[in-house]
Amino acid sequence: MEQYEPDRLSPAVAAAVRRSYRNGRAAMTRRSLLRASAGGALAVGGLAALSGCGIPAAGKTQGGVSADDHSAKEKVVNFSNWPEYIDVDDSGKHHPTLDTFRTRTGITVKYTEDINDNDEFFGKIQPQLAAGQDTGRDLVVLTDWLAARMVRLGYVQKLDASNLPHAFANLSDQFRSPDWDPGRAYSYVWQGISTVVAYNKKALDGVEVKSVSDLLDNPALKGRVGLLTEMRDTVGMTMLDMGLDPAKFSDDDYDKVIARIQKAVDKGQIRRFTGNDYTSDLSKGDLAACIAWGGDIVQLQSDNPDVAYVIPDSGYMTSTDNLMIPNKARHKTNAERLIDFYYEPEPAAQLSAYVNYVSPVADVKPYLAKIDKSAADNPLILPDKAMQAKSVAFRALSSKEETAYQAKFTKLTGA
Amino acid sequence: MAAVTEAPPLAPAPEKKPPRKRGRFTPYWLLLPGILWLLIFFAAPMIYQASTSVQTGSLEEGYKVTWHFATYWDALSSYWPQFLRSVFYAASATVLCLLLGYPLAYLIAFRAGRWRNLIMILVIAPFFTSFLIRTLAWKTILADNGPVVHTLNSLHILSLTDWLGWTAGDRVLATPLAVVCGLTYNFLPFMILPLYTSLERIDGRLHEAAGDLYAKPFTTFRKVTFPLSMPGVVSGTLLTFIPAAGDYVNAELLGSTDTRMVGNVIQAQFLRVLDYPTAAALSFILMAAILLMVTFYIRRSGTEDLV
Repeated sequence: MEQYEPDRLSPAVAAAVRRSYRNGRAAMTRRSLLRASAGGALAVGGLAALSGCGIPAAGKTQGGVSADDHSAKEKVVNFSNWPEYIDVDDSGKHHPTLDTFRTRTGITVKYTEDINDNDEFFGKIQPQLAAGQDTGRDLVVLTDWLAARMVRLGYVQKLDASNLPHAFANLSDQFRSPDWDPGRAYSYVWQGISTVVAYNKKALDGVEVKSVSDLLDNPALKGRVGLLTEMRDTVGMTMLDMGLDPAKFSDDDYDKVIARIQKAVDKGQIRRFTGNDYTSDLSKGDLAACIAWGGDIVQLQSDNPDVAYVIPDSGYMTSTDNLMIPNKARHKTNAERLIDFYYEPEPAAQLSAYVNYVSPVADVKPYLAKIDKSAADNPLILPDKAMQAKSVAFRALSSKEETAYQAKFTKLTGA
Repeated sequence: MAAVTEAPPLAPAPEKKPPRKRGRFTPYWLLLPGILWLLIFFAAPMIYQASTSVQTGSLEEGYKVTWHFATYWDALSSYWPQFLRSVFYAASATVLCLLLGYPLAYLIAFRAGRWRNLIMILVIAPFFTSFLIRTLAWKTILADNGPVVHTLNSLHILSLTDWLGWTAGDRVLATPLAVVCGLTYNFLPFMILPLYTSLERIDGRLHEAAGDLYAKPFTTFRKVTFPLSMPGVVSGTLLTFIPAAGDYVNAELLGSTDTRMVGNVIQAQFLRVLDYPTAAALSFILMAAILLMVTFYIRRSGTEDLV
C-alpha cells in the first residue's frame, strides 16, 4: 500500500512545499482571509438557519379549515384507507360497494390503501396539515385516539349533518357519543374493533387461558405471550383485569398498570410487542396466547381451526376506526355522501361480510344474514347485548397525558 | 429551506471579458448539480434535524428553538444501554460477516473458475426481493416448532447458548442471537462484494512467488493475500457496521423487549411518543458515535484508499 509519508519527499520537493506555505497558494493572503471570514459568516448564517426552523403551532380554528368545495364540478373523492379493509370481488380488482356508489351518484372514488400504521400516517400528513396545506385526501380512516388528536389539533373539518341522514339515523348506540367527539360532529365510524384475548389451542397444550392475568403470570406460557404496541389496547385490557376502569383512571392507576406489565416483561413472559404481525406468529404457534383484535381472529379462524378467543369476565376494550375529512380537502360534499352511503344497511352488510370487524350500523343483522349466516351470528362481528355490556372504551387523553403515557409505555417495550 | 438559497451566487460569465477569463467558472458550473444535490438532500435535512434537536414545545403550541442542549444529555443517559447494544450487535454481525464472507470471496476470486459468475449472482440474488420479506422469512425458518430449532435442541446447542445468554429457553426467535443472525444475513453481501473486488485484483503470480520462496499456503495467506486485501476488509466492515448499527428492522421482527437497538428507540420516539427533539438528538448522537468509531478504525487500519 502506498502511504503518504513526508519523510519520503525529496529535499527539493520538501523545500517547494515549505515555500508554498509562506508565499504560495497556501499562504495567508488578504484574499484567503476574506474567504475564511466568508466561511465564518456562512457558519453564523447556518446557526441563524437552525433557529429559523421550527414547527408552527397547530391551528386552533374550531371546525377545521375548509377549502373551496369542488364537489359539484369534480365528481371524485380521494379515499385513503387501511389495506384489506373494504370488500373486494372475486377478481380482486373491484370493490363492489364503491362501484354501486359510482353508478348511483356518478362520483368516482379514488381508493388508496396507504394507511399502514396510525403513527406513521400521522407523521406523513402532519407537516402538510400544520402548514395549512391540502393533503390530497378527502376522506381518511383513523383509529379513535388519533382521530381525537386530529380533532384536538383542529386538523379535520366539521361534517355537514344535512348530507348525512342515514349515518345519523343508523349509527349504533354503542358508538354514538365518544368523549372526544360528542355527537359525532367530526367523524363517523368505519368499523368497530373488539380487543380480546386469543390463543392457539395446539400451542397451549391444555393450559387454560381466560384472562389477561393468565397471560402475564402463567409460567407455562413464558416467552410465548404477545402484547400489542397499541398502548390503549394493552394497557386497557390489563386495567380491566386489575379492576380499574379505562374510561376513567388517574395517573397513579396508569403507573400501577405499567408496573404490572413491567413485572411480566422482566420475567421474560412477553415474547414481543406487536402490531398486526402477531397474526402469523399466533397461527404458527410461536405465540401461544396474546391480546388480539376481533376481526383478525375471525379471519385467522377460517384458515386455522386451532385459533380461538375468549372475552375475559372483566370485560374487553372497544375502539373504532373513524372516517374523517382533513382540512383543505377539495371534495368535502362528495366525501360526506360516501360516508352516508356506507350507513345504508345493504352496503354496510356487504362491507361487514368481507372485513369481519364490528359494523357500526344498527339493525344490519338481517341484511348480513342474507349474505353470510355465520357472520351474522358471530359476536365478534355483531356483538350481542350481553357482550356489548362488557365493552369499555379508553378515555380521551389530553396532549400532555398522551405524551407522558406513551413515553412510559414505550419504555416498557424496550425503547 | 433557507440553506438552499444560500448557495454561493454564481455570476454567469460576463460577455465583455476576454474568453480566457470565462473558463474560471467552468469548474463551478460543473460542480453545481452535485452541490445542489448535497444542499437539498444532505445539508437541508441535517440543518432541519439539528434545529429540531435543540427545540422544545409540543404539537399544540408548536416547537421553537430554545437551544435546549440538555436533550442530548437526557437522551444519552436514558438510552445508553440501547446504544451499547447497537454497537455490540453491529460489531458481532460484522465479525460474523467477515468470517463467513472472506472464505466465500476468496473462493469466488481464486477457485471458482467458470462458476464465478453464477456464484456472484447467488450472492446478489437476495437483493431481488425486499429486505422485509427476507427478514420475515427467517421467522418461519427459526419458528419454535420448526426443524432448525428442533435440531439445535436435540444437539443441546441451545442449552449452551442459553447459558451464554444468547438465547432464552428452547427458542431462537426473540433473542439476541436471532437479531445478530438477522443482521449478519442481511448485510453479508455488503461484505462479500468489496472483499471480492480487492481479492480479485491480486496478481496470481504473487502467490506463486511466495511459494517459490518456500512460504507455506498459510504463510502466503498471512503475509501476501490478507494484507493486499485490506482495502476490501476495511470497506466491507464499514459497509456492514454502519448500516447494521442504525438498523431497526431486525431487532423489531426477530427480537424481543431486551434486544431493542437505538434505531428502534429513534423510531419509537419520533413516531409513537412524538418527542421529535429527543429523536433528532439520538440520531445525531448515533451519527457522531459512528463517525468517531469509523475515523478511529480507518486511522488504525491505515487504509487511506478504501477500495
